[in-house]
Amino acid sequence: MSRPGERQTVRKTYKLFIGGAFPRSESGHSYKVADARGAFVANAAMASRKDARDAVSAARKAFAGWSSRTAYNRAQILYRVAEMMEDRRPQFVEAVKQSEGLGSRQADKVVDESIDRLVWYAGWADKITQVIGSANPVAGPYFNLSSPEPTGVVAVVAPQASSLLGLVSVIAPVVVTGNTAVVLASHAHPLPAVTFAEVLATSDVPGGVVNILTGPMTATAPWLASHMDVNALDLTGATGLVEEATAWEEAAADNLKRVLRPPAAEPDWYAEPGLDRMTTFLETKTVWHPIGI
Amino acid sequence: MTTTSSAATGARSGAIDAGRDFADVTGSDASLRRFLHGLPGVDQVGAEARAAVLGTRSIKTSAKAQAIDLAISMVDLTTLEGMDTPGKVRALSAKAMRPDPADQSCPAAAAVCVYADMVATARQVLGDSGVNVAAVATAFPSGRAALGVKLADTRDAVEAGADEIDMVIDRGAFLSGRYLQVFEEIVATREACARPDGRSAHLKVICETGELQTYDNVRRVSWLAMMAGAHFIKTSTGKVQPAATLPVTLVMLEAVRDFREATGQMVGVKPAGGIRTSKDAIKYLVMVNEVAGADWLRPAWFRFGASTLLNDLLMQRTRMRTGRYSGPDYVTLD
Amino acid sequence: MVKVPDTATPTPSFDYAPAPESRAIVDIAPSYGLFVDGQFVDGQGRAFKTINPATEEVLAEIAEASAADVDLAVRAARRAHTRVWSRMAGRERAKYLYRIARIVQERGRELAVLESIDNGKPIRESRDVDVPALAAHFFYYAGWADKLDHAGLGPDPRSLGVAGQVIPWNFPLMMLAWKIAPALAAGNTVVLKPAETTPLTALLFAEICQQADLPAGVVNIVTGAGATGRALVAHPDVDKIAFTGSTDVGKQIARTVAGTSKTVTLELGGKAANIVFDDAPLDQAVEGVVNGIFFNQGHVCCAGSRLLVQESVAEEVLARLKRRMATLRVGDPLDKNTDVGAINSAEQLAKIRQLSDIGEAEGAGRWSPPCDLPATGFWFPPTVFTGVTQAHRIAREEVFGPVLSVLTFRTPAEAVEKANNTPYGLSAGVWTEKGSRILWMANQLRAGTVWANTFNKFDASAPFGGYKESGYGREGGREGLLAYLKGASA
Repeated sequence: MSRPGERQTVRKTYKLFIGGAFPRSESGHSYKVADARGAFVANAAMASRKDARDAVSAARKAFAGWSSRTAYNRAQILYRVAEMMEDRRPQFVEAVKQSEGLGSRQADKVVDESIDRLVWYAGWADKITQVIGSANPVAGPYFNLSSPEPTGVVAVVAPQASSLLGLVSVIAPVVVTGNTAVVLASHAHPLPAVTFAEVLATSDVPGGVVNILTGPMTATAPWLASHMDVNALDLTGATGLVEEATAWEEAAADNLKRVLRPPAAEPDWYAEPGLDRMTTFLETKTVWHPIGI
Repeated sequence: MTTTSSAATGARSGAIDAGRDFADVTGSDASLRRFLHGLPGVDQVGAEARAAVLGTRSIKTSAKAQAIDLAISMVDLTTLEGMDTPGKVRALSAKAMRPDPADQSCPAAAAVCVYADMVATARQVLGDSGVNVAAVATAFPSGRAALGVKLADTRDAVEAGADEIDMVIDRGAFLSGRYLQVFEEIVATREACARPDGRSAHLKVICETGELQTYDNVRRVSWLAMMAGAHFIKTSTGKVQPAATLPVTLVMLEAVRDFREATGQMVGVKPAGGIRTSKDAIKYLVMVNEVAGADWLRPAWFRFGASTLLNDLLMQRTRMRTGRYSGPDYVTLD
Repeated sequence: MVKVPDTATPTPSFDYAPAPESRAIVDIAPSYGLFVDGQFVDGQGRAFKTINPATEEVLAEIAEASAADVDLAVRAARRAHTRVWSRMAGRERAKYLYRIARIVQERGRELAVLESIDNGKPIRESRDVDVPALAAHFFYYAGWADKLDHAGLGPDPRSLGVAGQVIPWNFPLMMLAWKIAPALAAGNTVVLKPAETTPLTALLFAEICQQADLPAGVVNIVTGAGATGRALVAHPDVDKIAFTGSTDVGKQIARTVAGTSKTVTLELGGKAANIVFDDAPLDQAVEGVVNGIFFNQGHVCCAGSRLLVQESVAEEVLARLKRRMATLRVGDPLDKNTDVGAINSAEQLAKIRQLSDIGEAEGAGRWSPPCDLPATGFWFPPTVFTGVTQAHRIAREEVFGPVLSVLTFRTPAEAVEKANNTPYGLSAGVWTEKGSRILWMANQLRAGTVWANTFNKFDASAPFGGYKESGYGREGGREGLLAYLKGASA
C-alpha cells in the first residue's frame, strides 16, 4: 500500500523487439506475467501471427547485411553484447530471480554463465569455418573448397524454464554464424528476454538480426513453422509438447526447413555446448575452380 | 583419294584480303596487343578435358578405313636432320608418291617436307606427281637470324621449286610482346613466297607452341598468323617438346573456325611432331570433324607433319584389308 | 605444279561407323528377387518389369518388396549391425570396403554396360563417370573406417544403426555408392531401395558384396516403387534416412519422420543457373553449358538448366551453343560415340514433352538440332529455349531432361538475383576470367555447389548437397561421413 508523498516507481513496459524497434503487439493484446510465486509482475505483449510475420520480414531484411559482415565484426558485436550484459548485470540477476524464483547465488551463476556463453560463442565467429570447412583433395586439377554459410532466417522456440541462460544459449549460436533469428521467448518467463532485447538494441547488433516475440507458443510457432520465408526451425523450447512439435516439424517440411527437434527434457544449460547448435544452421558450400595456366 | 589442293595458286590470295580486314588492328604493338588479348581466354583444364573426350571416340570398320586413307593423304612426310642427303630425300619422295608399293589404291602423301637445300632434289623426284614439296625456312627451327637471312632462306627454297614454305615465327619477339614484329615478318615471308610467274608458294606458319606454353598464347599466335596471311598455322618444328598435342590443335582449330566466321577465309591447320600412331591420327581427324567441321577434312586444309606415322598408317591399312596384323618388315623403311 | 583447289568439291563427310560396346559381358537373369541377409530371396509382393529405355525391351522381372519384405530386410540389417558390423574394428570394415572398390574396378565394364542397358545413359558416361565414381567412393570411405576418431566428433564416435536409403534412377550406381560407402565406413548397416526403373545394377552390386564376403545383412537391397520406399522410410527400426530424388518426395519424407528420432539427409531437385559473363573463356563455357544440361540426358539434379548469359555476348554464345549442339550424337546408349542416350522412362519423357510444350505455348523460342531419333524407345532431342524469362515455367520447374532455358542479364548483381530467384539451391555455374568476380559470385550464390569455369564435377572428397528446397545434409567428404555418425556422448 503506497502512502501519499511516497515516490512511485516508473514501471517498464515490456514490448516486442522487431527490426530493432520495440513495438507493442500489432493485435493490441497483452498477457499477465507472474513471478515465480505467482504474483503479478507486468503485462507482456502477446505476439500475434502478424507480429511473427513482421519479425520474419525484419529478419529477412537484415540477413544480407549481417551474413556479409566479416566474421571478426560479428565476433566483436557479440562480445559487445556480453559487455553490455555485464554492465547491466544486477538487472539481469533481479530478472532471473524474479522469473525463475532462484536465490541470489543461483541467479548470479545463471547470469555469469549467460555472459560467458556469449563470449564463448563470440569467439566462434571467425573459427567455425576453419574447424568445419575443408580443402578437398579432389582427383583432378581443381581447387576445391568447402565452407559453411548461414542457412538464413531461423525461427527459435526458446527454452521455457531457463529464461536467460537458455535463451542466450539458443540465440548466440544462430546469429554468430550470420543467420538472423526470430525468437519466441519463454512464455511464462518472458521478462529476461525483453531485457536482453534492450541489451541487443544498444550493442551494435543491427536491427532485425534478433527479433524477440513474447506470448504463448501456439499463437506464433505454427505460423513460423509454416512460413515459406523461414529457413530453419529450432524447437528446443517445445520440450514436452510432442504433438505440437510433430505438427510444426511437418509444417516445416513444406519448404524443407532445417529442424532442430525438441529434446526429451530441457537440457542442462551449464553443459559444454558443442558445435551442434551452430552446424545445424549452417550450409556447406563447395566451390570448384580449375587449376591451369 | 583426291590429290592435295594447289600449293601455288593466285586463287588463294584471300588471306591478304583478310589482312586488310584487320588493318586497324595490325598497325602497332599496342593495337595488336589490345586485339589479341581481347580474344576470349582459354581455360586449360576445360580445353584439355574437351580434347580428351574427343579422344574417346571409337572409329571402327568403314570409318576407320576412310580415316586411315584420309590421314595418309594428309601426311607431310618429313625429314629435317643434319644428316639428310639427296639419297635420303629421294627415297622419302618416292615413298610419298607410292606409300604402299604393293597397293595402287593407297593414296599418296600430301607433301615431302625438307630443308631448303633439299628442295631441288625432292622436286626432281616428285615432278608433277601431285605430291608437293614443302620446305622449312626462316632459320628453322629457332628462327634466330636477321630478317634478311630468313627471307633469303625463303626465296631460295621457292626458287628451288618449293610449293609450300614452313616458316617459324620469332618466339622471342612474341613472348616479349613485340607482336608487330612477328606480324611483319610473316607478311614479309609471305611476300618472299611469291614466284616470278605471279603465283605464290603456300605459307605455313610454325608457332612452336611448346615454347609459347599457354593456350591463350596459342590462340593469340593463331590469330596473329592468320591476320598476317598464313595459309596454314602449324603447331611445332618437331624439335621442341612438347610438339603437337590434341589440346593445342583444338585451340588452333577453334581459331580457324572463328576466323572463317569473322572473315569468310579458310586457313589450314598442321599439327607436327609426336604424332606416331594411326590411333593418334584418327583422334586428330575426329577433332577436325567435330571442332572446325568437315570442310577441313581435306589435305588442302589439314596436314600431319610426321615421319614414322606413315608406316603405322600403312600397317593399319594392311590390317584392315587383310584382317591380320602387319609387321615392320612389310612396310618400307624410308 | 599447280593444281586447282578442291574447294569446289563437295564437303567431305566423316561418318562414324557404329561402335557398339558388347552386351555379351552382362548376364541378365529372367527374374530377380531381393537381397536380404546376404541371400537373394523371393519377394512376397508382386513382380514388376524393368525395361531397356532405348529399345523398350523387357530386361527382367523384379520382385517388388512388400512391407513385410522391408521388415525382414530391416531386421537383417539390425542383426548385422548389433552382432557384427558395429563391433568390428574399423580397420577390418575398411578392408571390406577396399575389397568392394577393387571388385568394382575388376568388373567395371560389366557394371557400365548393365547401367547403360537399364538406364539408357551413354556407355561413355557409365564407363568414364559412373563406374569410376562408384569405385572412388568406396575407396575414399574405406580409408575413413579406421579413422573415425579424427572425423570431428571426438573419440569413439558411434554409428547411427540401420540406414534406410532410397535412390533415384538417374545415377543408379553412383547414388548407391554415395549412400552405402559412407554408411558402411561409419559402422552402419543399410537397406537400400533402388529406383523401380533401374534396379539391375544394384542387384549386381549385391552379387559383388557376396564376392567380397561382406557379412550377411550389412547391405540389403529391396527393389520396388514408391510403396516400398514409404515402408522403408516409415519403418520404426530405421535410424537414418538418406534420400536422393524429387523435392516433392523429399518433403513427404520430412513429414513422415517428423516427431521421430530418425536423422535425415535429403538430396533433391534443382534449377541451377549457369552464368556466362562476357569475359568468359567462351569455348570452354559453351562446353560447360553443353555438359551442364546434356550430360546424362539432363537427368541430373544439379543440371545447369538455366543459362544466364550476359546480354552483350548472348547472340554469340547462343550461336556457338547451337553449333556445338549440332555435333551431339544422340542414339544407342551402347554405342561408344553416343553423347546423349535415351530418356529413362516413358513417364519421364511425357513430363519433358509436357514442360517443353508449355515453354513453347508460353512464347519461348524452341530449337533442336536436326537429329534422327530411333523409332522405338524413349527419346528427346537436345533442346534450347530462347527468350525465356523468370516468369516462364521452364525457367522455374525442374524439367529433368535435355532442355535448356536461356535468359540474359546485364550486371553481376542482376545475374545473382536471377540465379537465386528459385526455391532450389543445389548448384550454380559461373564463367568469367576475372578472379575477384568469381569469388564474389561464389559468395552471393545460394547453392551448395558453385562450379566456376567448370560444371558437373563430382568427387568422393567433395561435399555435395543443397540449400533451401534442394534438401539438407551433405554427401561426400568428411561431411558425408558425419551424416552417419554421432558423438560418443550423444
